[in-house]
Amino acid sequence: MKPQSMGQAVLIALALIYLASLYFMSSPVWMGFTINALIVAVVALAWNITGGFGGMASFGHAAMYGTGAYASAILQVQYGINAWIAFGAGIVAGAAMGAFIGALAFRYGLKGSYFALVTLAFAEVLRICASSFAITGGGSGLQLRLEPGLSTLQFNDRAVVYTILLVIVALVMALTAWLKYSRFGAYLIAVRENEDAARALGIDTYRIKVKAMAISGAFAGLAGVLYLQVWLFIDSAVVYGSAVSIEALIGPIIGGAGTVWGPLIGTLGLHLLGEGAKHLLHNAPGLNFVLYAVVLICALRFLPQGLMGLAARIGTFRKKENDNA
Amino acid sequence: MTFTLNRRGLLKATGAAALVSGLSMPSILRAQAQTVKIGVLEPLTGNLAYNGTQCAAGAKFAADAINAAGGIKSMGGAQIELVVVDAQSRPEIAASAVDTLAEAGVVAFTGASASALGLASSQAAAKYDLAQVFSIGTAETIVERGLPNVFRFTPGVNKCTSVALENLKQLNAAAGNPVKTAAIVHEDGPFGSNMAKIMAEQLPQQGIEVVETISHPTPHRDFNNIALRVKASGANILIPSNYLNEYTLMARALRQQRAELMAIYSILGGAASNIKFVRENNDVAQYVMDCNHWYDPNKPESQALAASVAEAGLDLTYDVMVSYATIQVIADALERGASTDRKAMIETLAASTFDGSIMPYGPTKFVNGDNVNSQPVNTQIRGDKIELVFPEEYATAEPVFPVPQEG
Amino acid sequence: MSSLILPAVLSGLTMGAVYALVALGLTLIYGVLHIINFAHGSLLMLALYAAYFLFVHLGVDPYLAIPILLPVFFCLGYALQRWLIAPMSSGSEQNVLLVTLALALIIDNLALYFWTSNTRSVDIPYAYNTVEFLGAYLPLGRVIAFFAALAAAPLLWLFMTRTRTGSAIRAVAIEKRGAEIVGIDVNHTYAICFGIGTACVALAACLLLPTFYVTPQVGYTFVLVAFTTVVLGGMGSLPGALIAGLLLGVIESLCGLFLGESLGQIGIFIAFILILLFKPSGLLGRRAA
Repeated sequence: MKPQSMGQAVLIALALIYLASLYFMSSPVWMGFTINALIVAVVALAWNITGGFGGMASFGHAAMYGTGAYASAILQVQYGINAWIAFGAGIVAGAAMGAFIGALAFRYGLKGSYFALVTLAFAEVLRICASSFAITGGGSGLQLRLEPGLSTLQFNDRAVVYTILLVIVALVMALTAWLKYSRFGAYLIAVRENEDAARALGIDTYRIKVKAMAISGAFAGLAGVLYLQVWLFIDSAVVYGSAVSIEALIGPIIGGAGTVWGPLIGTLGLHLLGEGAKHLLHNAPGLNFVLYAVVLICALRFLPQGLMGLAARIGTFRKKENDNA
Repeated sequence: MTFTLNRRGLLKATGAAALVSGLSMPSILRAQAQTVKIGVLEPLTGNLAYNGTQCAAGAKFAADAINAAGGIKSMGGAQIELVVVDAQSRPEIAASAVDTLAEAGVVAFTGASASALGLASSQAAAKYDLAQVFSIGTAETIVERGLPNVFRFTPGVNKCTSVALENLKQLNAAAGNPVKTAAIVHEDGPFGSNMAKIMAEQLPQQGIEVVETISHPTPHRDFNNIALRVKASGANILIPSNYLNEYTLMARALRQQRAELMAIYSILGGAASNIKFVRENNDVAQYVMDCNHWYDPNKPESQALAASVAEAGLDLTYDVMVSYATIQVIADALERGASTDRKAMIETLAASTFDGSIMPYGPTKFVNGDNVNSQPVNTQIRGDKIELVFPEEYATAEPVFPVPQEG
Repeated sequence: MSSLILPAVLSGLTMGAVYALVALGLTLIYGVLHIINFAHGSLLMLALYAAYFLFVHLGVDPYLAIPILLPVFFCLGYALQRWLIAPMSSGSEQNVLLVTLALALIIDNLALYFWTSNTRSVDIPYAYNTVEFLGAYLPLGRVIAFFAALAAAPLLWLFMTRTRTGSAIRAVAIEKRGAEIVGIDVNHTYAICFGIGTACVALAACLLLPTFYVTPQVGYTFVLVAFTTVVLGGMGSLPGALIAGLLLGVIESLCGLFLGESLGQIGIFIAFILILLFKPSGLLGRRAA
């Protein structure tokens, strides 16, 4: 998790200062907006495990995100199960969905754009199913009853929600860092760099990739559950829609895929950009997205390695060894 | 000819943009008088952008009319200033937008076109004791949560469906009960599915058998199969409930498949009371009946609204009307309460007996946040106009039911 | 229900032709540039608006707009690839994807801003005409689209196999570096390919407009199906895209008939997943990635 250069340290410090400053700004607007960004950051961190470290870019992280959210919502709404248990079940369901998609896709050797498209298709199938069956609430979606409390995992106070999300994001990042420097992480990066060579060295690449999808799925499921607990409402378009899948991959790529801080910094940066565009072009709905997209394209042009990649080149502490995709 | 159309198209586009803009920017003139802020939370981008933009326009017309008539008199002629925020057709954005409204200091807000957005926004607003007056919010869960800040001025799905079926019963009886069977085509979202459920229960009690029920997603590309099934079912009438685009494709497919129906009787139809559908598909639109939100066309405010909408080059849809009316409801509460305190606003709204809105409703009475004196009305497309045909006291034309068969 | 099967199949075939038309351009871009062009749907939307405005302002029938819009959209596509997508994406596959995504965002929201979210459709005299075939009524517009797709795919295929430009495109698709060595201007060839793909979208739009509607979001209605069609047919295979489009139209139609229209589209995606798993090279594809 340690920065490798002055530039990265500054970038990370800026993000931390921003996150901390919200406690003193007492602006519900900024806090509410950052809460949304942090939920997205969790699914971005999920994407980063497979897309960043593993080089398996998915377009369908909504499949796991939505499964986590729906699993938790179904247990709570349809079966009256405690929110804490449902919370855990959502993570497990996300992991299971990730493992399932991974097992199928990798069994048949899908990679590159084929893998991307199969994940997209899974998310679509799940979206259609979720809007068609009674257990998922059909087109009406599912709504948690509003009863704030520790046992229901609903909190009225924005600052509490925000703090919980900060802790969760920190935990997920710590786990990411631990994974990155573990044997598993090394294998995963080896698979990304050269799968044939990795296999030749005796690594069970199939197992590694499925495991990565399961871990990524668990994180994505967690993000889905967080969305549910914060906003208390989901429907098929909200949690299985392609917007989730796009947000999952756009943050890490802009921030720096395959880095620990990249997904968070990219997501925060993009959300700030979006919010800024909204304020700037407040009177012309739609044009804010145009400005956002133009800046995005420029970022891609001038930051091929993402923000963390750019920052890595400023004031290097030691020999460059970052492993951006 | 072609270039005038071009100019109009341009005017229309810029007109709509100008309408949405300029809303939250108090002009220099206004800044001198006291202003009171009302929020408008609508999806201006994304899938629901059409409805959201129409609603925002309706709110703007209402605020302009009230300001022109001297503002809120009990508050020294305070001018209404609208704060418009974009819900982007996403619930979490709708909820976050409430923060923006609260920070801007609005006394209440209207919204939000789709039930999912409204559910999220009203819940977020509850934390601020900020009242949301729903323009459109058909899902019954909106008023079933016991949130004190929720006020639904317009009828929900249950009432719309019941009234529609009651009206259908009367129309059918007046014609000698020719309709024995019905086919239902509905979108598979909350509003279509709930409606289909209620109809499946209530239609048989009226002696009408439901011979076919078809749900479809939004968007849906191909209505040929649906038209074929409706035709094969031999239903006398078709009861659809879906959005504008799907309605248009469905109406065309029915014509192409030569489905012979005594009537198309839609409930909260996305197109059946939309003048654009009438204009662009005039032939198939004839005699289509709809039970929907609609204003009382005989009121002077309604006629003024129709004139302003036409002048702005916009289409007069029910979104414009209900949004206009909700601003009237809030303005009335301001007039009576003479306070910008949020909690006081909720109390004043809850006690509202307002009957001066453009809608054909009785005196407002909120029970658990639901206006029990609201009602949908029946419209019918005749020529290039949408006429109100039912109930009689508001009607501008006699209903034609069943549809005269072509020779 | 059984009496509806034949009309449903025929209806599915005509709808499938539209999918095939949209997918023709995508499969070219996909097969040659190896990029997933997320802006494809937005370009379709743009072409639909172009055809719509030609009709409304100048009275040009959508079918007569084809010779006008094809070259215009070819140039647009060429320019986009040459001067925006290629330079901005710095060659990385992920970045190409994001650039096309951003492009889609730009086009969609500019359309929303300038043309508003109003639904528009053209009122043409033959809009309700049908063709009777085997006892089924088929909308005239869709029958025309069907035959146009049948004609367009072989024509494009001939172009790709019989012309110098076509050969260059195929060479670049198979072996980029090798093509470079023998003197093919890869950037130019890529841009031509993207231009042809975009021109196909314009063709699809002109054929679609008489039976459909236009909104700034209309592209999404078709883009996922088009991706499915491309993969099912085999990335880069023109005859494959045609067959796959027709097949998907029929699958969707029959699934809709038997499972209900809500679940009908699921047939498309399940077919998609199955083909990706068991024959990722597609029906007529030569090789997997």
